[in-house]
Order: sequence, then C-alpha cells, then structure tokens
Amino acid sequence: MPGSSARPASEVNGSDAAGRLVRPFTLIGGRTRPSRADFTLLTLVTAVEPQPDGGKRPQPEHARILRLCARPVVVAELAAHLDLPVSVVVIMLCDLLEAGRITAQAPRQISRTTDMGLLQKVRDGLGRL
Amino acid sequence: MAGSDPTVNGTPAPDTVKILIAGGFGVGKTTMVGSVSEIVPLRTEEPLTAAGLGIDDLDGIEEKKATTVALDFGRITLSQELVLYLFGTPGQQRFWFMWNDLAIGALGAVVLIDVRRPESSFAAIDFFERRDIPFVVGVNGFHGEHPYGPDEIRESLALPEHTPVLLCDARSRESCRDVLIALIDRLMAAAAQDGGNAHTA
Repeated sequence: MPGSSARPASEVNGSDAAGRLVRPFTLIGGRTRPSRADFTLLTLVTAVEPQPDGGKRPQPEHARILRLCARPVVVAELAAHLDLPVSVVVIMLCDLLEAGRITAQAPRQISRTTDMGLLQKVRDGLGRL
Repeated sequence: MAGSDPTVNGTPAPDTVKILIAGGFGVGKTTMVGSVSEIVPLRTEEPLTAAGLGIDDLDGIEEKKATTVALDFGRITLSQELVLYLFGTPGQQRFWFMWNDLAIGALGAVVLIDVRRPESSFAAIDFFERRDIPFVVGVNGFHGEHPYGPDEIRESLALPEHTPVLLCDARSRESCRDVLIALIDRLMAAAAQDGGNAHTA
C-alpha cells in the first residue's frame, strides 16, 4: 500500500503490478472494495453490443461474465452462475463498466408507502401464478 | 419515463423488485423460495468479511476454514416489465450485517415460523419491526399440520393486531403465493392509508 498511493489514478488501469502479487485476489487486481458502490444484488447488467474495439483483451472470467450477460441479468444471478462471491463479481463488473463493455441499471427506487401502481402490478402478477 | 427508459439491445430492461423470506435456521425459507420460483433456487456464497467478523460473535464456530454466508434466491417474472426476486435471508443472528444490505429497497418480508420452535424466528421479527419494514408471518406447518390458529400464534409472538399471520405450507406453490399476496395487500393497505399526502418518495 505505501508508495502506491502516490500513483495517479489514471495509471491504475495500466500496469497494476503490485496488486497482482496478492494471490487470493488475482482476479480482481488486488482490490477488495468496488470502486462503484452502486452495484446491488438486483443491479441489471448487460453486455454492450457490439463490444468496444481496442483496449485490453478481457480476462477469462471477465469474458465469462460478458457471455452470461449477453441478455440483461442481475448481479445475484451472475454470481450464482459464476459460483463466485457477489463481492468479487461486483469488482469485476466495475472493471467491465469502466472499460465500456457493460451497462448497469440500478433497480428502481421504490417507495413502499406511495407506489400503489407498482404494488398493483406485483399483485396482478402473483395472482397469475 | 419516456426518454430515460433504458433499452438493452432493443429490449426494454424490466424493473426488478425483491421480497425477503426470513426466519430461523431450517424453517423452510429455501423450500418456500423454490415453491414459487420459476427457476431452481440459486445460491451465492459470500465469505464472512472482516466487517462481519467485527460485528459477530464467532466464539461458537470451530471450523478452521473460512466461514461463508449462503444466500438462496429465486425469480418470478410477473410481467414483461416486472421481475420479482425472493431472497431467503441467512437465518442466524450473526448474519444481520447482511440483512441490512438485503433489506434496502425490499418491498417487504415474509417471516416464516416453525410452530415447534417459534423462538428461532424471533430475531427476524425483531429485525423488521425495528426497521419499520412491513412483513407478514407465515406459519409453516410441517407435514401440513397446524396445531395452532393464527390468533393463538399472533398472541404468543406478541405481534401487533395489524400483522397478518397466515397458516401455510412452504412446499405448496399456491400456499406460498397466497402468503406473498397477503404481504402485498398489507403494503397496499398501508399505501392507501397514507393517502396521497407523501408523494415525495
């Protein structure tokens, strides 16, 4: 940690050598915290089509995520399919978002006390089960 | 709505909502999720982080390997625009730090009760009451047997009168659906009571 903090943020995506030495966190470049807190279990993730040209080739796990989210899929399902902890998946999603390879849509903000229309839709849907 | 509605490869992305299925260990949460889910319940496992260790009393845990919290969940596509996720929340009290994250943005919760050991669900009831998260109580009758009526159970749990208590069978799709509908009805009743006086979200 000491020393690396002096590096400008713009270099973080480049040679992240120090981080990659930390074995358990190889997949996520040594970071343990997402750079974007807005990935929740229900954030909807979709691969950008077509994928942007150039840039680094995605790592195998990143490529797997891109295949899994060719159609919109929520973070919780991605983590289950990848058999990885949500916290690890979120960090990889941050990488993909930064690289412009995915889009992320936060779940709709709900207001329990006022959103009668939404509640009615949920009820109607349950009634059809 | 118009203009800001995100579309993905031409398909509008659906809205997602979630309901928590809570209760003590082995009370039937995952069974309930599986009964109504259109997919086989999925599981994610999260290592207990340092943050979790700080909160939790892990004295009782003797296993040397890393402790994980398993989270089971299912999905119900309610319509083309709306998908409901059901999260079976980890039962043990020491996973409360995870409940906090799960509770954010949830419509409400179902607290499942095993009549043979209702005390195992006290923590869940307490959690939702303290945070003002609306919930209904589902009494999961094992082998479909219900020795007590809803009122007896409400009284023994010291639940307020407005908290619905439903006898259910976690193995039955219809029964679980009815519990979920009871929760939505409770939410709608609360919304109607609030009238239009707070449209500030």
